[in-house]
Amino acid sequence: MKRLETDVVVIGGGSTGLGVVRDAAMRGYRAVLLERVDLGQGTTGRFHGLLHSGGRYVVSDPGSATECAEENAILRRIQADAVEDTGGFFVTLAGDDPAYADQFLEGAKATGVPAVEIPVAEALRREPRLDPRIQRAIEVQDGSVDGWQLVWGAARSAMNHGAKVLTYHRVTKIEREGDRVSAVMCRDEKNGEDVQIDCSFVLNCAGPWAGQIATMAGADPVAVIPGRGIMVAMNHRLVNTVINRCVYPTDGDILVPVHTVSVIGTTDVHETDPDHLPIPRAEVQQMLDAGEAMIPGFRKARALHAWSGSRPLIKDDRVSVEDTRHMSRGMAVIDHSKRDGLKGMLTIGGGKLTTYRLMAEHIVDAMNDQLGENRPCTTAEEPVPGSEDRKLYTVTHRLGEREEDRLDDPIICECELMSRSMFVELLHEQPNATLDDLRRQLRLGMGPCQGGFCAARAAGLACSEQVADSERATGLLRLFLKHRWIGIWPILYGQQVRQTALDHWIFAGTLDVEHLPQPEEEIVR
Amino acid sequence: MSEKSRNERAQGLRDRLNNELQRMSLDMCVKCTICETACPVSAVNPLFSGPKFVGPQGERFRDDEPVDHSVDYCSSCGTCSVVCPQGVNVAELNSLARAVMKAEDGVPVRDRMITQTTLMGKAMTPIAPIANAVLDNKLARYAMEKVVGVHRDAPMPTARTQSLHSWLKKRPKPTKQPTRGALVYFHGCAGGYFEVEAAKKAIEVLEFIGYEVLVPEQGCCGLAEQSNGLFEQASASVRKLVKQLRTAGTDLTIISTAGSCTGMLKHEAHQILGIHDEELLDVGTRIREISEFLMELYEADELPTDFQPIEMRMPYHAPCQLKSQGIGTPAADLMRLIPGLEVLDSGATCCGIAGTYGLKKEKYETAQAVGKPLFDMVKENTDGLAACDTETCRWQIEKSSGVKTIHPIVLVHQAYGLGQATA
Repeated sequence: MKRLETDVVVIGGGSTGLGVVRDAAMRGYRAVLLERVDLGQGTTGRFHGLLHSGGRYVVSDPGSATECAEENAILRRIQADAVEDTGGFFVTLAGDDPAYADQFLEGAKATGVPAVEIPVAEALRREPRLDPRIQRAIEVQDGSVDGWQLVWGAARSAMNHGAKVLTYHRVTKIEREGDRVSAVMCRDEKNGEDVQIDCSFVLNCAGPWAGQIATMAGADPVAVIPGRGIMVAMNHRLVNTVINRCVYPTDGDILVPVHTVSVIGTTDVHETDPDHLPIPRAEVQQMLDAGEAMIPGFRKARALHAWSGSRPLIKDDRVSVEDTRHMSRGMAVIDHSKRDGLKGMLTIGGGKLTTYRLMAEHIVDAMNDQLGENRPCTTAEEPVPGSEDRKLYTVTHRLGEREEDRLDDPIICECELMSRSMFVELLHEQPNATLDDLRRQLRLGMGPCQGGFCAARAAGLACSEQVADSERATGLLRLFLKHRWIGIWPILYGQQVRQTALDHWIFAGTLDVEHLPQPEEEIVR
Repeated sequence: MSEKSRNERAQGLRDRLNNELQRMSLDMCVKCTICETACPVSAVNPLFSGPKFVGPQGERFRDDEPVDHSVDYCSSCGTCSVVCPQGVNVAELNSLARAVMKAEDGVPVRDRMITQTTLMGKAMTPIAPIANAVLDNKLARYAMEKVVGVHRDAPMPTARTQSLHSWLKKRPKPTKQPTRGALVYFHGCAGGYFEVEAAKKAIEVLEFIGYEVLVPEQGCCGLAEQSNGLFEQASASVRKLVKQLRTAGTDLTIISTAGSCTGMLKHEAHQILGIHDEELLDVGTRIREISEFLMELYEADELPTDFQPIEMRMPYHAPCQLKSQGIGTPAADLMRLIPGLEVLDSGATCCGIAGTYGLKKEKYETAQAVGKPLFDMVKENTDGLAACDTETCRWQIEKSSGVKTIHPIVLVHQAYGLGQATA
């Protein structure tokens, strides 16, 4: 068994965990983050890409609205390479109550969320695909944000400050000595080795899995209610501005242009198991209808991919378990010393990606209090590695970069303009990564062909770069295709059917991927 | 031009591109790469990333300021849209992207000049011998390359001493009474000023088979302006032309010998410039390539086919802008009705000139490389002549292969025994 020693173990490699490990490391704590799979593979990677202006909450949840507005400005400063300044509109559709916009403007004023009503004609001029029958339009400072860029930026920052970030480490038990946490036991899933990490503090940031983690420490169950929502990505940017429906928060009320796609979301359904989130057909149809209501012709546009994510909502006794939308979106820190008599452990739930930095600040503050330390938070000022120039991301970035290097550097993923050297560099930096892990950081296979052309090239490179033998490379390819498929079949209609047929001919017909030699044990990580 | 108006124009075009069918058509792309294998430009010039790359692929990344100036290597030949099995408007997307870029970056004076085809014709006709001597003069062409940016070896039209309209005014009235009603004739700028012989012969053929031919005053279709990104000028030109063509009657068939300009009226002004006027759609549906029209008559058994034989091999090149009209190759079919004439299809994609593309000093080499297989084919298979439907392509083939290149109607004219033999 391997043994490590640290001050604080952070459990969960989503935005909250990375925010926390960065914050703790910047305050001078020795910190280790444990993630059972890769970073940003849970809730963080499964949202619509909206960097909230706060507008969504000005009426329903004023506290969250103010936090969003403040954190939005901070993230633009410290994580510019993950954020695009798309701007946003709240629009009153033909059948919606125009009076809500007055409530909205009042709420915005009260919560400090910048919002200005603009003439409908102006909104239509800037986004001519909008339904021309819209009644009102309010401009807000929404943006879009890449959750994976966000967590990897925070991870690199944390590591620069001395933290360790261990992916594919599954927590198996939290040890205690008397009434104190003393160690976290985990297993390195890549090589099967057990690891014991002695520590004086555990910060449970496992999101929808936080309940399971708390139980491992012998604490009373924490009621985390996964509130599942589905998202559908459309093939290109149908709008260049975030479009929100100006109504009390409901299903399918947001359309976000993020990278090269536009994402419509979302639903909110109570689930029990965050590891098995369905993408029900009825909800896909519901999203397409919602898109059509904002953008006439939406249903005729090409859908690329769908996914399901789960909000880590902490149960609030005031609302029914089925009504997850109206559970507190605000963050909640559970102090297990008060609740369970277990010192040295805090659990955080709720919150949203836009406010991940603030959540981290709160939980590390709470740890400070328990430890009697006074170490101020400094995360709001220092840009993360990659964002030092404070230049916001733009959708044209990769096209401009390829314009410069296209003659020297072959393009591996044509849809998302990922060059060979981008891929090979990351492959060598993270030789244990699956193609999906690399995908999240590089957008490999996330465009129209969904891996049809690039996946085999990527697997080939893993092999020729001697990072994987041919059998593992085949296993990686099959795993990648399997994962892509999960998000393709729920939206198999229209143009994507033809793409999928072509991809199938390539893989099954030309490459016979089902029968290539591969390891006896299926590659799953 | 002020920065502001430039930005506004670029924004206007970008808005259009974002919100029209062309951009939606990128949803049809399955990345199959068929367009890239057919593109004549990327095959010879690695600086052009190919139609899929700059088209449906690049378009997903475009917003505001253009970052991929290599889209300008596209010659607008339109082959990609023709070969796409999925219905992506690849060439149209590229044309719009380039227009946005040029609106943003400004259009070189050269590109403004070489698009003024009618003006060139009007200016050169009265001084034809001088104009031709200047265009033949090496020193003058060298200076033109340095100052204007038109390659010294690029093909130039030959000025004629008489314009088509001047001939029409001065010629004796046709003696034969029309038996089949009236047609409107569209000759294009080239037919009016440079390719006057072909235009005259087209009129004589139509009159010979029994039509009254009306030739209204007509200007430029704006195609050259469009392919140089000058969309406003192009729109004004084509609108004016549509009006002029309609003065001769609103229900007559319009016959054209200007292949590329026909494509402009049939679909490009609609799809690329985004003009949806009823008048344009009306002209676009009434217009026929002359060979297309004669073959329609033939199929209806209404074309006299008592052709005199022409014993020779005839390399024939179907130009890109004819292929994109989706009418097959009626000129080849028509010429094959002439006994003795052995029509040899070039099998080449493009001659390289693509209107004004091959004139530009930075594109000249590419255009020549694109056309090389065609020039070789023509040289190897000619008995002294070659045939092609569009003017600039004829000039390009003639200049680069050394083989006199004529409009197919010239052969039909001869086969009907009208006037002096060309072949």
